[in-house]
Amino acid sequence: MELHDIWFAVIAVLWTGYFFLEGFDFGVGVLTRLLARDRGERRVLINTIGPVWDGNEVWLLTAAGGTFAAFPDWYATLFSGFYLPLLAVLVCLIVRGVAFEYRAKRTEDAWQDRWEKALFVTSLLPAFLWGVVFANIVRGVPVDGRKNYAGGLGDLFGPYALLGGLVTLTLFTFHGALFTALKTTGDIRPRARRLAVALGLACAALTALFLAWTQAHSGDVWSLGASVIAVAALLGAVAVDAAGREGWAFALSGAAVAATVAALFLALFPDVMPSSLDPRWSLTAENAASSPYTLRIMTWCAALATPVVMLYQGWTYWVFRKRIGTRHIAENH
Amino acid sequence: MTALAPETLARWQFGVTTVYHFLFVPLTIALSSFVAGLETAWVRTGKEKYLRAAKFWGKLFLINIAMGVVTGILQEFQFGMNWSDYSRLVGDVFGAPLAFEALIAFFFESTFIGLWIFGWDKLPKRIHAACMWMVAAGTVLSAYFILAANSWMQHPVGYRMDPGSGRAELTDFIRVLTQNTALAQFAHTLVAAFLTGGAFMAGIAAYHLRRRRHVPVMRASLRLGLVTMVVAGLLTAVSGDRLGKIMYDQQPMKMAAAEALWETKGPAPFSLFAYGDVGPPKTGHNKVAVEIPGLLSFLAHDDFSTAVPGIKDTEAALRDKYGGKLDIADYRPNIPVAYWSFRWMIGFGMSSFALGAAGLYLTRRRLWLAPDLRTTDDEVPRLALTRGREAGPSLSGWYWRLTLLTMAFPLIANSWGWIFTETGRQPWVVYGVLPTSAGVSPSVGQGEVVTSMSVFIALYAVLAVIEIKLLAKYVKAGPPELTDADLDPPTRIGGHDRDDPDRPMAFSY
Repeated sequence: MELHDIWFAVIAVLWTGYFFLEGFDFGVGVLTRLLARDRGERRVLINTIGPVWDGNEVWLLTAAGGTFAAFPDWYATLFSGFYLPLLAVLVCLIVRGVAFEYRAKRTEDAWQDRWEKALFVTSLLPAFLWGVVFANIVRGVPVDGRKNYAGGLGDLFGPYALLGGLVTLTLFTFHGALFTALKTTGDIRPRARRLAVALGLACAALTALFLAWTQAHSGDVWSLGASVIAVAALLGAVAVDAAGREGWAFALSGAAVAATVAALFLALFPDVMPSSLDPRWSLTAENAASSPYTLRIMTWCAALATPVVMLYQGWTYWVFRKRIGTRHIAENH
Repeated sequence: MTALAPETLARWQFGVTTVYHFLFVPLTIALSSFVAGLETAWVRTGKEKYLRAAKFWGKLFLINIAMGVVTGILQEFQFGMNWSDYSRLVGDVFGAPLAFEALIAFFFESTFIGLWIFGWDKLPKRIHAACMWMVAAGTVLSAYFILAANSWMQHPVGYRMDPGSGRAELTDFIRVLTQNTALAQFAHTLVAAFLTGGAFMAGIAAYHLRRRRHVPVMRASLRLGLVTMVVAGLLTAVSGDRLGKIMYDQQPMKMAAAEALWETKGPAPFSLFAYGDVGPPKTGHNKVAVEIPGLLSFLAHDDFSTAVPGIKDTEAALRDKYGGKLDIADYRPNIPVAYWSFRWMIGFGMSSFALGAAGLYLTRRRLWLAPDLRTTDDEVPRLALTRGREAGPSLSGWYWRLTLLTMAFPLIANSWGWIFTETGRQPWVVYGVLPTSAGVSPSVGQGEVVTSMSVFIALYAVLAVIEIKLLAKYVKAGPPELTDADLDPPTRIGGHDRDDPDRPMAFSY
């Protein structure tokens, strides 16, 4: 095991953490239009993720910062190459953060309506676009001999990439519906459970298709294993959810998120950005990595800080473990 | 370089988005400490005015940090998007402090801010106050890592150039984090942040006190603001002087440009006003100059006679050193921008300090500016050392107005400070290592940068209007009245023992 291989795994773990956590809060954002019937219910949904969404988002910043430090070429090629999709994600994250914080700062209906609509759109779009981005990374894009992206915007929206976007969108929405079922009380809870069954089945079908396609293109025995686990976990989550075991269902949908990300990264390894023009131009974990000294420093930092982060972040979930219902939301004044 | 070349646009975008992001950063740093301090004062004294103050400033802090957080996401993405060659060539060194910042500081801030916002009815009051201290610690740590990264761009250390790949590789991370540039820049930025927060607090307190509203809360806030302005203002000057001396040593061109000092002079004068012939072809002399003899020598070297190198000599030295090796036509930064940004930074910063000092003098010995503002239960420490007579109502009226006006001064000073240090480093993105023109993304076209630039300018303009209106609304509303629930926080984590399962949450979006 070389250091850069370990860091490939660390980056995969950071993205897994990001998609597991922000995945359900994107999902809850989408459900504000899919599940909630009125403003009171929308507020319940928003408040289930209120204390934690910001901490969840830091997983993205850490994944990006970690990629910058451990694989500068990967970071440079990805962010400059996928310029416009990432710009869209960025704008969404900016508006979304402000929407959470400013929505209740005024009482006018029009004001709150606008922020709620913004929250829906800015949750849906990144949930879709992250799938597009990762499908393209795994499948390979035109990377030239100088490690730069040489394609256009159209190259990023092929059928496989669009399918990848639908997979992450349905996966996160499903994950969010189970989170809602786990975190709410009253009328929303059974409805979230019921909606989750339909979402989960659609997600399982799309994911199976997408991972099979991935497997055919660049899979190995390990990614096959992860793909099978992903689809099985999805079906298991649907079954357990239908039986009313919300905690287990959420754990399984989380496992499905992790296994899907794992399948993609295993299919990607040892490349980090394969070139569709010439395999010799592909960015690999080896040729895109930082120097061993930097990787060592980063390893120390990650090894010491990550457990502590997970500890206090986990504690937050413990502090806010109580279910929320419409009766817990004070009148908006 | 044409006006719409990707490099020009990318530089403008970095400048605009960074200055915008930094309007929120100093307030976040200072207000988190203030709110934590006020809440701690409530925990320790049980005086309601401190809890009301903590809630009032906490609300303004949250409106502000929301913008700081979201505009910061762009900062981290921007290196890869617009400056991919920069990221490739120096990511080995520059990426590490950024990753540390995310892993150590951002998690801290975001997690504990969530606990603080939603935790009023879930956490015992001591732990709740501790959460805000954690947020404050996170903001300071975050500032430290990012300034260490910027200091490396100003003065690269602890690295070697790899001849094969042509990239900079880290050799000594501790040195990157502890070099004198990083420490001096961190100190200067941190105390300037507190000056900003102090002016913000004093200005808003003055607004209410002038109308005789919320006197107990706002008096305590005013004193806290004024004391911070004076102490932080002094420290800003001292740390700025220290940083300036380091810059004379490390980037003589930046400091020569800051003074529009064309010829090497000893003793060198400090320029108060200059109108020079600085446009192309830069013949290099000032038509008008108002100067203080010898002061510049003192600023650079602590004595009044040592020579300070001028722009022309410095440029010749740089040309000797790098000429032929790098593709740089002109080693001079934009002289008028450097000259005026340096002056505006100091001018706005120090006038804010002066107003704080005047305020402390006027409010000393518990004599308030007007008799009806006097109360006896004033437990703010006495800091004035002199005795004096009472100020008249007209003076106090003017003082309140001025204080409100001065609220924005440190923000302006911060912005010009960043503009000074970043444009003064030009034509380098990493001083002496990488020219700025070599850092841009080769694969990003003009259309893409124009798109992102337009999107961000439009988005940021709209958000600025929304944010200012919200701040104004909550400033005018004043500190909240406390409810029974506020005064009866839980004694254990997770909520009260006697919790009614249907009780509304203390805070909800």
